[in-house]
Amino acid sequence: MIKNISNLGDAALYCDFGNEVNKSINSHVIKYFKTIKEKKFEGINNLTPSYNKLIISFDLKKTNFKEVKHYVENIDAKDSQDINSKKLEIPVCCHENFSMDIKRLEEILKLSREKILENFLNKEYFCYMTGFIAGMPFLGDLDENMRAQRLETPRVKVPKGSVALTEQFANIYTFESPGGWNILGNTPLDVFDSSKEDKPNLINPGDTVIFKEITLDQYKNYNEQ
Amino acid sequence: MSSNYLDIIRPGINTTFQDKGRDHLYHIGIPFSGAMDSRNYLIANKLVNNDLDSAVIEFAYQGPHIKYSGEKINFAITGDVIFSIKRKDTEIEGNCYKSYQIENGDEINIISTNKSVYGYLALGGELDLKFQWNSCSVNTKANIGSNDGKKLDVGQRVNLNKINSNKDIKKTNYINTKIENIRVIKGTNFDYFSEEGKKIFFEKEFTVTKLSDRMGMRLEGPKLDNIVNTNIKSEGLIKGVIQVPADGNPIIMLSDHGTIGGYPKIGVVASVDYDRLVQMSPGSKIKFKEINLSDAETLFKLYEMETQNLLSQI
Repeated sequence: MIKNISNLGDAALYCDFGNEVNKSINSHVIKYFKTIKEKKFEGINNLTPSYNKLIISFDLKKTNFKEVKHYVENIDAKDSQDINSKKLEIPVCCHENFSMDIKRLEEILKLSREKILENFLNKEYFCYMTGFIAGMPFLGDLDENMRAQRLETPRVKVPKGSVALTEQFANIYTFESPGGWNILGNTPLDVFDSSKEDKPNLINPGDTVIFKEITLDQYKNYNEQ
Repeated sequence: MSSNYLDIIRPGINTTFQDKGRDHLYHIGIPFSGAMDSRNYLIANKLVNNDLDSAVIEFAYQGPHIKYSGEKINFAITGDVIFSIKRKDTEIEGNCYKSYQIENGDEINIISTNKSVYGYLALGGELDLKFQWNSCSVNTKANIGSNDGKKLDVGQRVNLNKINSNKDIKKTNYINTKIENIRVIKGTNFDYFSEEGKKIFFEKEFTVTKLSDRMGMRLEGPKLDNIVNTNIKSEGLIKGVIQVPADGNPIIMLSDHGTIGGYPKIGVVASVDYDRLVQMSPGSKIKFKEINLSDAETLFKLYEMETQNLLSQI
């Protein structure tokens, strides 16, 4: 449930669901997100769910903090349809061409390459949120022994499709972008497609993702058909 | 094939098509985009008898040099911009906030913005642009919007679908006011900063650095000391949020910002000051002034009334 609502500037509501990051808190965030999105309250122009916060921005020409706060406080988030989530398999190639930070991960985690892949692949990860760049999914939770900090100096260019790790999370760079996460592999799948306006994101909050390893040949042939 | 078009002789350094922007997409990672300085965008369209939400050409610092081919058309430039209009062998200096009529073969040369950042070129008609999510605004980071999500390029041709039949010449006496005080509402992590840091934030000057673009404005100044945590769990961002990373230098989120961030939010720029904030060029000094929510709301209402008033007089 929402623990506190405050203003973020003069044109957004900051809904705080707590400080921990877990599936249960995140499900509440997503439930509120979906309910408010369906109801199309006049003046609300954006909703950003994250691990444990929901930011609701609005057009100050049409409404204000007090009105939107009153609306959110009186909403029955249970009205929302059940979270309609998918389970997705994402092919990932961890060939040395792609796993740019495997050496760094081996050192930090004190695990072999084989062990790192074994810990990472074929497990279910929950999509907490998407964003930063268009369509980037924030997936969790990685095993305790798989948690590494960001690079000290972020890369100026992370290749499109990179599958990368930081703390308890994995993500996918949906297009080339700067970034500081530890790169483990690359997926040939288009995780974001701006030509599909109604459904540009392959992975959405609430979905479950499993990474399946493919070989370099399978990677190269993936988009051939 | 359109018979009315622009040829881009020189694109300028950061020239894009922009309109009102796109909404309801933060949750998938897509920001508003749209014209940075909303008031100047609206005035540009009004001066050429366009619908107010029409697409315009936005430029920063150096603007484009354009050659026009086709039937007579009006254009107007807003902002604080130095430009000239060339017809055959005659070149005249142009004035902002006034529409001009150009004809086949005329050139518009937008030399630079003057002690500001953004300017707008509106043409009296409809540019032939692709819409994505109800907007043709270009987001060069995600390559979203018209022109394949890219800046204007040299040698490119831009077609017009139609030209306005109303070719009345219009002008307004608007002058961009420069401000050095930017009003800010305390952010959700204001208390992460030391007493000294909080004091510095509202009392000392910060300088706009060259590392500023449509995504964000990076500032330099006295270090803001964080005594709690230099990271927060990643959460949503909105335009105007002032984040402070570990190095203590504030970054203000602008219209093409990343939708999620993990640095503490010391404050948020009041909506009333956003149009003027984005016009502060590198080297400008900024002082933040604290404002409460209700004053920020009232001032925005007045600003919006002033904008509507300006538009109704054109």
